[in-house]
Amino acid sequence: MDAATLLARFPASQDLAGKDMPTFRVAGADLLAAVRFLRDEQGFDLLADLCGAEWSDRPTRFGVVLHLLSTTRKEYVRLHVDAVDDRVPSVSSLHPGANWHEREAFDMFGIVFEGHPDPRRILMWEAYPYHPLRKDFPLAGIEVPFPAADVAEVTGQKVEPAPMMGGPFVSHGGKLSEGEPSALDQSWTEEKPKA
Amino acid sequence: MVKSDFGYNSKVEGEVIVTRADAVVNWVRSHSVWPMPMGLACCAIELMASGGSRFDISRFGMEVMRFSPRQADCMIVAGTVTYKMAEVVRRIYDQMAEPKWVVAMGACASTGGMYRSYATLQGVDNIVPVDVYISGCPPRPEALLDGMMLLQEKIRNEGGSLRRTFRGRTVETKIVS
Repeated sequence: MDAATLLARFPASQDLAGKDMPTFRVAGADLLAAVRFLRDEQGFDLLADLCGAEWSDRPTRFGVVLHLLSTTRKEYVRLHVDAVDDRVPSVSSLHPGANWHEREAFDMFGIVFEGHPDPRRILMWEAYPYHPLRKDFPLAGIEVPFPAADVAEVTGQKVEPAPMMGGPFVSHGGKLSEGEPSALDQSWTEEKPKA
Repeated sequence: MVKSDFGYNSKVEGEVIVTRADAVVNWVRSHSVWPMPMGLACCAIELMASGGSRFDISRFGMEVMRFSPRQADCMIVAGTVTYKMAEVVRRIYDQMAEPKWVVAMGACASTGGMYRSYATLQGVDNIVPVDVYISGCPPRPEALLDGMMLLQEKIRNEGGSLRRTFRGRTVETKIVS
């Protein structure tokens, strides 16, 4: 992977000094050209993954991370793209496999992929009003109407927040019940030896 | 519920068996349960094992698994019911002919199981009436067989076997002679 060529070709991009693979932040306007450059000139012919991400420490809240693999040279490269105004150009015209990944990133984070051929939700139902993997969305969920009005009419069912037993996966330590198989003395672990 | 059985006394009746309509209808129903496998997650693997030769669900007269709701009378909900799928589960239940029963197989179908999340229906009994709940994650095939035998017991002891109600709505099965 020739980092200098990519940085020279796309001056707005930035080397993030990835520890496991070459990692770059590219501007949204450059994304399609950069992916095409990597695919056609650098041999990164397989889109291994595309996912959304929410950054609490960056001015743009959402971003997209792409992993590209060269099936001939067995090398990976990672691209970060900031979603300015929650919008990122779709790469599904270059890598058709991005189609469902982009739908998932839209469904879970609300990132809009411009130029996507089929911009629907993929996991939640079409009328669902939230994007559940956003950090401000509670794991238990928010009450909304049931997906099918006729079923809701017969059953009286709503989409309700799930019961969380005092907190999402928060262990209070100690035994919850006498029948629970756990160590009696939990004050020490492999990392913190017994006093 | 009244436990009813067949009465046969050769000295009194000769070759006539005296019984109640409920008892004979229930006996027939309990020995020809046609399950519809509503396999939604890993419990369905155990359900498939129950149908195989090792566990052999046909020993109890319910091996006729039908993948069409029109031809089945017991829906085995095996797996996690998401809100997106819940609508489909209810529609399939509505398409089954009366009388019909529902078995919630495993923790997820019974209560939502470990999925305390925005996407998961917390128990299939929120949308369909459940007759038997089977614990386990997933239940072993023996547990499913035990649950199905409990269902047979329940069918055999149903009072007013020609009538079923759901949320105040009465459904009457008519005998046409």
